[in-house]
Amino acid sequence: MTLAEISEILDALSIVSPEETDDVPFHSVCSADLMSDVLYYHAPNSLLITGLTQPHVIRTAEIAGIKAIVFVLNKKPDARTIELAQQKKIPLFSTPYCTYTASGKLYEAGLRSLRDA
Amino acid sequence: MPLNIDGCIEGSYQLIGGNFATAGEASTCLKLKLTELGVAETIIRRASIATFEAEMNVIIYAAAGWLHYYITPHGIKIRIEDMGPGIEDIELAMQEGFSTAPEWVRELGWGAGMGLPNMKKNSDLFKIDTVVGEGTTVEMVINIP
Amino acid sequence: MKLGDIINDVSLDVKTCNVCLDSVITGAYVSDLLSDVMANAKDGNVWITLQTHLNIVAVASLKGVKGIIIVNSRRVDEAVLKKAEEEGVAIMVTPLSAFEVAGKVYQLLK
Ligand SMILES: Nc1ncnc2c1ncn2[C@@H]1O[C@H](COP(=O)(O)OP(=O)(O)O)[C@@H](O)[C@H]1O
Ligand SMILES: [Mg+2]
Repeated sequence: MTLAEISEILDALSIVSPEETDDVPFHSVCSADLMSDVLYYHAPNSLLITGLTQPHVIRTAEIAGIKAIVFVLNKKPDARTIELAQQKKIPLFSTPYCTYTASGKLYEAGLRSLRDA
Repeated sequence: MPLNIDGCIEGSYQLIGGNFATAGEASTCLKLKLTELGVAETIIRRASIATFEAEMNVIIYAAAGWLHYYITPHGIKIRIEDMGPGIEDIELAMQEGFSTAPEWVRELGWGAGMGLPNMKKNSDLFKIDTVVGEGTTVEMVINIP
Repeated sequence: MKLGDIINDVSLDVKTCNVCLDSVITGAYVSDLLSDVMANAKDGNVWITLQTHLNIVAVASLKGVKGIIIVNSRRVDEAVLKKAEEEGVAIMVTPLSAFEVAGKVYQLLK
């Protein structure tokens, strides 16, 4: 599923846009607020759905190989987080849905959680 | 990309306890360095996850610390030493889910109690030394096959 | 839908004893942050989380949350289970990720 499709399903607002050439499909999603959860279990190239918006979330994403982040409940990150995401080329979105609903909609559309070996 | 490591490449970063604004910077710098050196992606991933968890523990629990790295064609050695409270019961601390992180740290998304298990999972050699009241040193080696 | 039906349909492993599984579940909330759950979870929600800290029971109880689903096969301390039994909060464990349990529960409840 492409980011454009994900974004449409989640009625999401784009905060940091993906690079135009970057249209890799997503197969895996991680819904988490605990950063070690992301780092421990999840396969690289996943989408992260989270309620946290601080810069260390972007750093975690970079280390874990997360390719895009969706913030729930209309949360908007601050300028430092946005700047870091731009620098690391990690697209950011904000959805009005909570993590449960956002996960439910994407699961329904066929996405799953791929686990790290 | 061929591996471009001549002898031993080493360096260090200083870590400041409590500084969440820059938390993770040292590990991401190391990740970039490994990428430039042509290390395989899976190895970089293991090394940077292990380093990141260790770096976060210094930020969360200690006053200050250092991250030292030594990169050779055979592997990556990381040593993270801190001046902090030390760990009373290492066996307990190593258990998945065990955490003494305070509430404000949990609200930032840390304190899942997975850090030390994650370091162990991602390294080929994992050693932890600690003196209560003085500090903790974590040493990890990630082999380059 | 009753909590017991969700437990069956999603194959959750119930860890608490003698906690009523007949509560009607009308929705779910996924979060690992206690303050977030305090602010946003609703009566009749089942709570999906990786968090196993003792405080999850108090938060669930205060918010009228009748069940907590712990994801990724995380082990739950005896002390947490005992407190949950006292408070009448069911604790269930699943090997699934939060995303996938949420997906399954969402399918059941929509
Ligand atoms: N560098 C350190 N200094 C002091 N205590 C530490 C350090 N690293 C880990 N600990 C202790 O070990 C526990 C488990 O650590 P970890 O597995 O990283 O989980 P978490 O950081 O999520 O609590 C911590 O909660 C803390 O009590
Ligand atoms: Mg830790």
